[in-house]
Amino acid sequence: MAPQDLLIEYLPILIFMIIALGISGAMVLGSILVARQKPDPEKNSAYECGFDAFGDARNKFDVRFYLVTLLFIIFDLEIAFLFPWAISLKGIGVFGFWSMVVFLGVLTVGFIYEWKKGALEWE
Amino acid sequence: MIIEALAFYALAGILTLSALLVITVRNPVHSVLFLILGFFNAAGLFVLLGAEFIAMILVIVYVGAVAVLFLFVVMMLDVSFADLRKGAMQYVPIGLVIGAILLSELILVYSVWGFAPETLDNRAAPVEKFEGLTNTEALGNVLYTDYIFPFQLAGLILFVAMIGAIVLTHRSRPGVRKQSVADQQARKASDVLEIRKVQTGSGA
Repeated sequence: MAPQDLLIEYLPILIFMIIALGISGAMVLGSILVARQKPDPEKNSAYECGFDAFGDARNKFDVRFYLVTLLFIIFDLEIAFLFPWAISLKGIGVFGFWSMVVFLGVLTVGFIYEWKKGALEWE
Repeated sequence: MIIEALAFYALAGILTLSALLVITVRNPVHSVLFLILGFFNAAGLFVLLGAEFIAMILVIVYVGAVAVLFLFVVMMLDVSFADLRKGAMQYVPIGLVIGAILLSELILVYSVWGFAPETLDNRAAPVEKFEGLTNTEALGNVLYTDYIFPFQLAGLILFVAMIGAIVLTHRSRPGVRKQSVADQQARKASDVLEIRKVQTGSGA
């Protein structure tokens, strides 16, 4: 496909982006211009059931969140490899098919490992 | 085409601006959000180049996964920003020294940079066969067969990353009550439930 045709296919997305930009800009500007402004420090303070905030929201998170995201990234990349394979499977034949099966097999070994290790359990 | 040029300058401008804000903004969470904006604009630039597959992968992998990971890291850091900025000035000299060394290295590398003549042939070779194909199709036609070795290597690297993440961060906690689905399914009403006839009026 010529680059020019491809860009014309993406033109609606550009138009949507411009419309979205226009609408959100109009909302922000409109509320600044039209609405009555009565600034008050209490309006900006954190509301925690009527009390002053007890502590900082910046705590150390459990490392398990990190593990979940890392595993998510790995499977996300695996999916990214599946897209071109699915499209051109007809052309690449049996060799391409088994190449992907080996790739998936290696990652499935890792998946079984993490399942058996209990990394997917939250308790 | 004028729209193409306008789109390029808008995307490139926002990309440069958000990249600048990533390193200058005070709040690390805001800087991660600017990083995400930068990723989106880079994806737009890839679309302008005609590399739509890379653009979509940039959005899926970088915005979807890596940026979330960055956010987690930033949240986990547990930094007090006042403490962070207190002693920052004393590291300026050593920072300048390291920066100067890196800059001189980069200048040295770029001044002698050159491609071997064969690499140009390599770059041109896979392109010619794919006139009239979409990006994704052209990639799929060579990635799993001609380039099977890098592909399988990528799989092994992902495998090592998976095992490494589990080994480094997973620890079993003793004394935590876990749900056992098999036990729950195997439980029968007759094991735990007993129906008794109670005489009317005989209760104490």
